[in-house]
Amino acid sequence: MHANTDNEGSRLGMWLFLYTEIMLFGGLFVLYAVYYNRYPGEFSAAGRELELAKGALNTGLLLLSSFTAAASIETLRKGAKRAALGLLGSTVLLGLVFLFNKYLEWSHKFAHDIFPGSDTLLKGPKGETVFYGLYFTLTGLHALHVFLGCAVLSACWVLVLKGRVTGERMNLLENTGLYWHLVDIVWIFLFPLFYLIL
Amino acid sequence: MDRTLSFFETPSSPGQKGARAWLLTTDHKRIGLMYLWVVLFWFFLGACLGLLLRTQLMSVNHLLLSAQTYNAAFTLHGVIMIFLFVIPAIPAILGNFLVPLQIGANDVFFPRLNLLSWYLYVAGGLLAMVALFTKGAPDTGWTFYVPFSVATQTGVTLSVFAVFVLGLSSMLTGLNFITTVHRLRAKGLGWLQLPLFTWSVYATAWVQLLATPIIAVTLLLIIVERLFNVGLFDPAKGGDPLMYQHLFWMYSHPAVYIMILPAMGIISEIFPVFSRKSIFGYKAIVAATMGIAILGSLVWAHHMFVSGISDMAVLVFSFLTFLVAVPSAVKVFNWVSTMYRGSIYMAPPFFFALCFVFLFTLGGLTGLVQGAAGPNVHIHDTHFIVGHFHFVMFGGTGFAFLAGLHFWWPKLFGRLYDFKKAYAGAVLLTAGFVMHYFPMFILGLKGMPRRYYTYLPEFWPLNFFEGIGAYIMMSGLALLFFNLLRSFRGPRLAADDPWGATTLEWRTSSPPPLENFATEPEVDAYPYDFSALARKAKAAVKI
Repeated sequence: MHANTDNEGSRLGMWLFLYTEIMLFGGLFVLYAVYYNRYPGEFSAAGRELELAKGALNTGLLLLSSFTAAASIETLRKGAKRAALGLLGSTVLLGLVFLFNKYLEWSHKFAHDIFPGSDTLLKGPKGETVFYGLYFTLTGLHALHVFLGCAVLSACWVLVLKGRVTGERMNLLENTGLYWHLVDIVWIFLFPLFYLIL
Repeated sequence: MDRTLSFFETPSSPGQKGARAWLLTTDHKRIGLMYLWVVLFWFFLGACLGLLLRTQLMSVNHLLLSAQTYNAAFTLHGVIMIFLFVIPAIPAILGNFLVPLQIGANDVFFPRLNLLSWYLYVAGGLLAMVALFTKGAPDTGWTFYVPFSVATQTGVTLSVFAVFVLGLSSMLTGLNFITTVHRLRAKGLGWLQLPLFTWSVYATAWVQLLATPIIAVTLLLIIVERLFNVGLFDPAKGGDPLMYQHLFWMYSHPAVYIMILPAMGIISEIFPVFSRKSIFGYKAIVAATMGIAILGSLVWAHHMFVSGISDMAVLVFSFLTFLVAVPSAVKVFNWVSTMYRGSIYMAPPFFFALCFVFLFTLGGLTGLVQGAAGPNVHIHDTHFIVGHFHFVMFGGTGFAFLAGLHFWWPKLFGRLYDFKKAYAGAVLLTAGFVMHYFPMFILGLKGMPRRYYTYLPEFWPLNFFEGIGAYIMMSGLALLFFNLLRSFRGPRLAADDPWGATTLEWRTSSPPPLENFATEPEVDAYPYDFSALARKAKAAVKI
């Protein structure tokens, strides 16, 4: 096997993978667009029921985590391993707090008998049922991505600690960073689509 | 002469032996061959299921299969043939083996990812079988349309997950090829010097990459619906079943171009070689290839003309469908024109390629009948559709696959097969094929629906005739593969370039050594330049 030293090539591969992720969410965004077009009033009514404060907090957390991810790459490039480890660790931590927050939000909804197939939703207007269907599917899929991102970032953390990923060999970390930014940007679209509809 | 050791004798990492040398390999050639055997296994299974269906339809009254078994059999036939044979056959087998060779590279860009794709492919196939034996064979047809796919008690969840895994494999293969073509071309090999097979695999890779995630999420939604009952496609909960069809075809129509584009690439390689003449309109074929990849992504709703979409949408999609026929027709003209004033050298691969052009043209033209909004209403869900897609998928992709297999067999294994048997097999296959599928157009026009286990008595004669065609076709296939496999009995004696071809894969030994080229190959300014070969031939005559 040839030694793969072409960083630009592996970056290209990563970008291609990110396209596939965008298309994956894209299919669900298509559904959102069609159903929003069909039930605009019910969507915004249901959207107001979501906890805006928690959503906004989560947005802030993810944005901050994207910053720490980018900063950890830059610090590692400059050779400051300890600082890089700290920043990388806080990225994972922020991701986990995001997930915990999401868990609280979901369980609140569940406590109010709002979950796929619940009686309240079945009796309520159809637009709201679809809204919550999309909400749980999209944020669920996104949470899965956050979880996977945290896992890969943790793996990177271990590799940096062991010196397998360094300022000269940081391909893996850079690509993981790209993935994390994707997870972030998907949320940047989800947040207004669910929490801020007029 | 001292022969360089081929990749069969050298494992990709030193010390690997026996099965490990194959199962843990990162060599694109070994992975290509591993795909070959698995894909052929599924193809054989799918073909037997198809034959079973046809045997059932040979009589009206004496039923071989119950209605439920028949439904399961055509679903399996479809799922196997589409997801386990036609989609992976050319890119994963021949693309894997040949693209790095054609661009003068040592391997694909991500060799380990390549091996992972193979394992995902195998796992997907096994999962589909597990679904079959644990929960009962799915009876939804390969399209998994809602609401039935959500409501049925059969093992849809696991089968759909299997297709998801297969999609992942296909997507990663596409990702690998795009990166390979971008980053690993030999020095001096520009984009417009790439062989057309590489071009078509490259275009296919983009479609695989961008369209597959859509079906991935659609299939995930079926699983979510079956497990959590969210109701995104359920009108009672505000959803719309039509949206499933949109999402499904947003992938699955581009997917038919995943199936046909690499086939066109093979044909574009074979015509110049056996006409001893440069391909007619190289740039036009490249443009048509990319054009099909782009336009093909915009025509999905022509599968849904009678589903209740608006008339406006029908007209727009009908127009786009006619548009996508243009680049395909451009290619047919290019292939035929390549032969004009060429020096034709007949051999089995070329014979297959000629059959391909004939069958594919018929398939393409009948496609236009369906693309037109009016006739579509008449023939929707009839045997006309079945005839059409077997003409393009089997007459097109299947024949091109056989053409490619016969063309590159000496490169793959270093062995040549018996020409006479290959011709005989090809004639049987083609004749049986036409007998089998052509009457479907007539039956469809007369109104025989697809996917039913029985039919009205007046359709019996043609159905019986089709059944005979199916058996002839299968005997042709059996002869062809018997002939190919028999070539293993002899020693590896095939020449490096048995056909007098010009692209880079023929500059290395047959079969190639571990890292493809013993010395770095010299790149020509143009891949289909036969003048050097012509000079050599002339010199040989003088002596």
